[in-house]
Amino acid sequence: MRYLPHTLEDIESMLEAIGVESIEELFEQIPAEYRFKGKLALAEPQSELSLERDLGLLAAKNQVASPETVSFLGAGMYNHHSPHALNQLLLRAEYYTSYTPYQPEISQGTTKAIFEFQSMVAELLGVPIANASMYDGAHATAEAALMAQRVGRKRDYVFVAESVHPEYRDVIKTYLAAQGDVYREFGVDPQTGRFSLESLQKAVDEPDKTACIIYQSPNFFGVLEDPREMIEWAHSHKIQVVSCFNEALAFALTTPPGHFGADIIAGEGTSLGIPMGYGGPALGIFGCREQLVRKMPGRLAGYTVDTEGREGYVLTLSTREQHIRREKATSNICTNQGLMALAAAIYLSLMGKEGLRDVAKLNFSRAKYALEKLTENGGARRRFSGPIFNEFVLETRAKASDIVAEASADGIMPGFDMGRINPDWENYLMVAVTEKTTRDNIDKLAKYIDK
Amino acid sequence: MEIPEGYRFSEEHEWAREEEDGSITIGISWHAQDLLGDIVYVELPEEGDSIESGEEFGVLESVKAASDLYAPISGEVIVVNMELEDAPQTINESPFDEGWMMRVRPDDIQEFNDLMDADEYRAFVERG
Repeated sequence: MRYLPHTLEDIESMLEAIGVESIEELFEQIPAEYRFKGKLALAEPQSELSLERDLGLLAAKNQVASPETVSFLGAGMYNHHSPHALNQLLLRAEYYTSYTPYQPEISQGTTKAIFEFQSMVAELLGVPIANASMYDGAHATAEAALMAQRVGRKRDYVFVAESVHPEYRDVIKTYLAAQGDVYREFGVDPQTGRFSLESLQKAVDEPDKTACIIYQSPNFFGVLEDPREMIEWAHSHKIQVVSCFNEALAFALTTPPGHFGADIIAGEGTSLGIPMGYGGPALGIFGCREQLVRKMPGRLAGYTVDTEGREGYVLTLSTREQHIRREKATSNICTNQGLMALAAAIYLSLMGKEGLRDVAKLNFSRAKYALEKLTENGGARRRFSGPIFNEFVLETRAKASDIVAEASADGIMPGFDMGRINPDWENYLMVAVTEKTTRDNIDKLAKYIDK
Repeated sequence: MEIPEGYRFSEEHEWAREEEDGSITIGISWHAQDLLGDIVYVELPEEGDSIESGEEFGVLESVKAASDLYAPISGEVIVVNMELEDAPQTINESPFDEGWMMRVRPDDIQEFNDLMDADEYRAFVERG
């Protein structure tokens, strides 16, 4: 897309056509007290040369997760390998949009790519329906809470496990803030690191006014949940269950949340071939059981045949959306992460079912090795007993922040200092391991843990 | 156009029929389903819900459009036609009989009496 600003002549002739003296006049309807007066706090214009130098110096402050650096950072974003073929395919400019096409008849390529993305994601999550994607995992999870409220009608309360990613919980709180006091949390078993059904049942005092229960697996501590008993209990009270996640790769090796019977599945898809980036772009993934499809947010691409029997891809069930139903729409999201969804679709196609499982196995076996290696000399012990996929919390002898400071000075990112979330956790270090982590990397980290 | 006797009609093309037990059955008219075309989805209230005359109580979705359903009278929903969930096309096939939507215990029977009768509704539809 080219950026072509209007010339002064353009502006003059447009103003003349609508009979207005100045652009300023167009804003007269906004009361003066709401208009910003004064000067915007922006830097002065710079030459290309000086701007390049300033931004270059800023960028040099970043510590980048590259092959040369050793990173055990996870906590919601994982350092996975993105095949080079993926980036090459993604360079095709035809796909450069975050919009799902309003006019599918001229956008068959994009629409078909979205359809393939949805199909593969649905299979990965173990549900029949997945949408064209959301902004990120936190956004998808917050939308899932709103959707559960639409399904439950007079049910408002949303119960969230304390083992859900703290940033996801913040976004859910923000989404629900205007509804008053409907956000609730329930506790975690301090031994296993799994959510506590007992704590949940105690917290839910009005089951018939409860819209949904949100849990995460693998949860924020890297622990895999067993939600079966909880889902059964929730369904006996007609409460929807939202299963969220921030490590989509786990479902290549473990039971997908749909198979446990969760009603809505929402989470982060960056692990599916998208490189980590501070601030994104990320990829929100969203699926649900079939009966709920009309309450689902986001776009949905569908497959059909035309009157002559030729295959075609369309946007389907648009009556949920704001351009048809206006203020009563169940979806007010018309953008999606089109390019990131395409990246995930390419990644899943390149890997295939077996390839994806192989990568997941590699993550799991390296994590197991890391857990053994990092706890064998008494520098740390495993904090939670629950089963893991590729991430775990260590209780370290030294303060986690000290380990982080010391190791990162040598170019090693040893993991996430949990004390940043909770001061009681200052001796907790969360370590993530992926297929990019070598045994040599793990042995190196052990030296800092055991110091 | 089918407009059977013994039914009453609202300007939003819903019909209402008084049952022997004093409850009121509600549906949409033949004319309404004809305008909508093939109905593919219907969302109705739950038993025990209250509906209010002139307010929306549900949604109908056809191949052409999604439309709100407006209550012809106020009252409490006592039975909902669950069959429509799996077979919404019943509304097209039999709007006045098997395509009924719900039965309501009316708050004020006068609201029912004030609705149009068959002749008045026919004139209303023909006026456009």
